[in-house]
Amino acid sequence: MKIIIPVEGKNTDAPVCPSFGRTPFFMLFDTETQKSDFIDNAAANSQGGAGIKAAQTLVDSGAKILITYRCGQNAADVLNAGGIKIYKAENGSANDNIKKYKEEKLSVLTDIHPGFHNHGGKN
Amino acid sequence: MKIAVLSGKGGTGKTLVSVNLACSAKKAVYADCDVEEPNGQLFLKPIITNKTSVTVTIPSIDLNKCTRCRKCITFCKYNALALINDKLMIFNEVCHSCGGCIVLCPQKAFTETSRIIGSIEEGISGNVLAVSGCLNTGEVSGVPIIKSIMSKLPKEEIVIIDCPPGSACVVMESIRSADCCVLVAEPTIFGTHNLAMVYDLVKFFNKPAGVLLNKCLDGQENPSEEFCINNKINILAKIPFDEQLGSLNSQGFISVREDNKYKELFENLLTTIEKEILQ
Repeated sequence: MKIIIPVEGKNTDAPVCPSFGRTPFFMLFDTETQKSDFIDNAAANSQGGAGIKAAQTLVDSGAKILITYRCGQNAADVLNAGGIKIYKAENGSANDNIKKYKEEKLSVLTDIHPGFHNHGGKN
Repeated sequence: MKIAVLSGKGGTGKTLVSVNLACSAKKAVYADCDVEEPNGQLFLKPIITNKTSVTVTIPSIDLNKCTRCRKCITFCKYNALALINDKLMIFNEVCHSCGGCIVLCPQKAFTETSRIIGSIEEGISGNVLAVSGCLNTGEVSGVPIIKSIMSKLPKEEIVIIDCPPGSACVVMESIRSADCCVLVAEPTIFGTHNLAMVYDLVKFFNKPAGVLLNKCLDGQENPSEEFCINNKINILAKIPFDEQLGSLNSQGFISVREDNKYKELFENLLTTIEKEILQ
């Protein structure tokens, strides 16, 4: 099974990125091989709809679990349709969060925000 | 002649100035382009003569024709489309109605449908034709409503455009066809910062512009005035921080219709605009 996390750098010790749609990278962790891959987030500089595009990337990656601090409504709709379960990230690195997930210490993200519609970004 | 009234921040007096300018002309059109919070009608209290819906076009997909080639998804700059579980998801409120997906689809699987995002009311208030746009709650962009307002404005008359605050897309759309811009500014550092922002915008659009200094206090520093002097910007008039004006305005009265001294103030302002910025 694959777990995906928005991360600020291309290494397993990188902090989880506070933004889901506009994170620079995603870390894709395979629980079977214990290996991590990094995906550039093509949605990072989108004019709009970054969450939707990022969520499409996640669904295409085959991930089944997303660990993130937050997630907007449009992205959540895509993720739900794609069968990806969303867990709330806790302070720390991507690795710390994978460990916590395995120990069943993460909770399901229920607080889906209505989206920033550009107000959270440079506009 | 179209005069756009704008400011970098809300609450500087755009609507006060727009409404009173329109009412001080012999005959004028007042266009409320602040479609997220249109409030000119609170003052003008027009008799509504016409109300129309504003629609935008959105794509609708025939999944039997769609081959899941994803050309539309890759094309969409606003990311309004996603292909999940072999189904195309369309996010209507993210769509900017460019029609690209419809044109691009090799299978011609899209059809165009329309969606209401707001309305425009036209009405009469004395010498003023009031045209007000209103964006429905929850909609993202008022640009299509402003475009629709602009298409309804008579060309030959004096048109006062009450712009939304800020300097984003909705403001650009509101000033695009204006002949000149009146920037309303407060005597605060924050107000000056926002004045600088809209001044950059009107310069970018090559619009003749002047500043109206509002809420001026006698003997107090006015950083917005300093900004105008330093940047050689035409100061059209100064409106004092006046209790009577504030009181009339807060009760929804139009000052030029209540007191001759305000009538004179705004008539002079209109003449100044015509003489100084439109030359």
